[in-house]
Amino acid sequence: MEAYLSLFVRSIFVENLALSFFLGICTFLAVSKKIETALGLGAAVVVVQGITLPINNLIATYLLNEGALSWLGLPDVNLVYLHLIIFIGVIAAIVQILEMILDRYVPALYNALGIFLPLITVNCAILGGSLFMFNRSYNFAESVVFGVGSGLGWALAIVGLAAVREKLKYSDVPEGLQGLGITFIVAGLMSLSFMSFSGIQL
Amino acid sequence: MTMQTKAILTDPLINKNPITLQILGVCSALAVTTKLAPALIMGLAVMVVLSISNVSISLIRKHIPGSIRIIVQMTIIASLVIIVDQFLKAYAYELSKQLSVFIGLIITNCIVMGRAEAFAMHNPPTASFLDGLGHAMGYGLILVIVAVVRELLGSGTLLDYTVLPLVKDGGWYEPNGLMLLAPGAFFIIGLLIWAIRTWKPDQVEKPEYQIHMVHRTEIM
Repeated sequence: MEAYLSLFVRSIFVENLALSFFLGICTFLAVSKKIETALGLGAAVVVVQGITLPINNLIATYLLNEGALSWLGLPDVNLVYLHLIIFIGVIAAIVQILEMILDRYVPALYNALGIFLPLITVNCAILGGSLFMFNRSYNFAESVVFGVGSGLGWALAIVGLAAVREKLKYSDVPEGLQGLGITFIVAGLMSLSFMSFSGIQL
Repeated sequence: MTMQTKAILTDPLINKNPITLQILGVCSALAVTTKLAPALIMGLAVMVVLSISNVSISLIRKHIPGSIRIIVQMTIIASLVIIVDQFLKAYAYELSKQLSVFIGLIITNCIVMGRAEAFAMHNPPTASFLDGLGHAMGYGLILVIVAVVRELLGSGTLLDYTVLPLVKDGGWYEPNGLMLLAPGAFFIIGLLIWAIRTWKPDQVEKPEYQIHMVHRTEIM
């Protein structure tokens, strides 16, 4: 139990996908002008990350890894090289299914998320999460914890950045730094502050 | 080479740079630049994927139905990335370990997808190839600049050759550890954008909120 709690806290703060691994930075910078949209996107990332990671984990364990197909009587087949294309396919499919389910049963949430849901397919935080899970050979339970945790960490980072940028609008920024430049500097300062979590051991 | 084809090739270097102006492919630009060698490999990998994907998508652009074009593009890109990934694992295993997940993440690198969608879908193969090459060079250029600064100041070396002898080895240079950490990468790209925009003022973004200048005579 403790190991899972530790993994959860680590994936939110210490190994924050956006601020220490630079994953999903394109959307992180582009969609962080308002807190509301940042919240919507953050929530969508948590949900998609929490669903796709465990599914990709099952696929990796029972279909792709070396010897994983032995339950089919094919112990010599190794499909590991296919993991990239399978993972991105699963992510695209899950996002599409989620979009249809939300549209049918929770239209309010569907409208709130709007364009962000399809955008998540190309958010590298999602594919990056799956690849980290694959490289570190997490088991199923760990992949659930890591999925939700890393999604929450990303959401926290983008909401924080949006909050800073909303205030930053009224400040007198040097001309060349206006917009993108100052956002990078702010993200750097945020990542500096997240580094102070790095000594935490549970 | 006509002026137009030259513009396709050279515009993305500074004037329309994918990273500093279009905010495309920033993730990997930050992550692989702690040392110069992985940054060079990453630049090359993106160049291979981007130019081949642009050409192949441009070749079949008239046969792709609009409604499924994203998934077609994705499949082409993902197949190319798998080839590059396997190639690196076979011939440069150490480097491929250092780059870890970031070769795989070329799939979701917005430059590749963005150029397929914005250029290769509407232009003939040769122009698409040049466009891919140009954008990959613009991307690689920023990667190399950032990596040189980070490796030189962070560990006093370039491509693992000592340039600034470190204090702990009897030299004079005290390395700046911040450069090797995540915040350093953000700061360097931020400052780089500032430098480019000071040089090319037309890239400066308009502020959303104009501060009203009060002249002292108004208060009086």
